[in-house]
Amino acid sequence: MLVLTRKNGEVIKIGEDIEITVIASKGDQVKIGISAPKDIEIFRKEVYEQIMQENRTASADISTFLNLFKKNEKKS
Amino acid sequence: MKINTKYHGEKEIEEKEVLTFVRPIPGFPDEDKFIVLPLDEEGSFFALQSIQNEQLAFVISNPFLFFPDYDFTLENTVIDQLELASEKDVLVFTILTVQEPFEKTTANLQAPIIINQKKNLAKQVILNQTNYITKHLLFPNKKTAVKG
Repeated sequence: MLVLTRKNGEVIKIGEDIEITVIASKGDQVKIGISAPKDIEIFRKEVYEQIMQENRTASADISTFLNLFKKNEKKS
Repeated sequence: MKINTKYHGEKEIEEKEVLTFVRPIPGFPDEDKFIVLPLDEEGSFFALQSIQNEQLAFVISNPFLFFPDYDFTLENTVIDQLELASEKDVLVFTILTVQEPFEKTTANLQAPIIINQKKNLAKQVILNQTNYITKHLLFPNKKTAVKG
C-alpha cells in the first residue's frame, strides 16, 4: 500500500478523474472530500461489507417461511 | 422463456418482466438479471429471483406497508444510472432477512431495491446519509410471539 502524508487542504490525485482532499483532521478522525466521476461508487467500507453480509444472510433458504404460508392456506 | 426458480419450481416468464441490475447486488457480482415473483396471495411478499442462478432468491416486500414513514432521497447518480424520468416510474422494495420465528424477521431499510418499472432497470442503493440500518424489525411492537 502506498502511504502519503498530507496536511489539511492538500489533495491526492488518483488517475485523471479522482481527487481526494483532506478537509480537516482532529485526533483520530479525518474528514475527507472525494470528487470522482459519477459511475464510481463511493462507500464507507464497513457499511458496504455490512450490506454484503446482510444480503448473504437474506438469500439463505426460506422454505420454513413458505411452509408458514402453506399452513395458513390450509387454515383458511 | 422457461427458468428454474428456488421457490416456484419451473416457471414460464416473459422477457419483458426481467429486471437488469445496473450495478451488482453487493455480495453477488455474477448475477444481474432478476424477476419479481409473488410469494403470497395478499401480495405482501415477493421473491426476487435470479434468472442466472436458480438457487439465488431474496424475499422482498413493499417497505411502506410496514414502515409508512420510510423516507429517503435518491442521489442524482442513481437517478441517472436508472434512467429515471419521473417519480411515477419508481418502485421500491426492501430485502427481508426472514427469521424463525417470523416475528423476528427484519427489513434492510439502509439498502433498498430501487426499480425503474418503465425501463426494467434496478439497483440496490446503499443510502450513505441515513439513520436507517440493515435490520429493522418488521413487527416492532409485537413483543410476544403468537404461536401459530
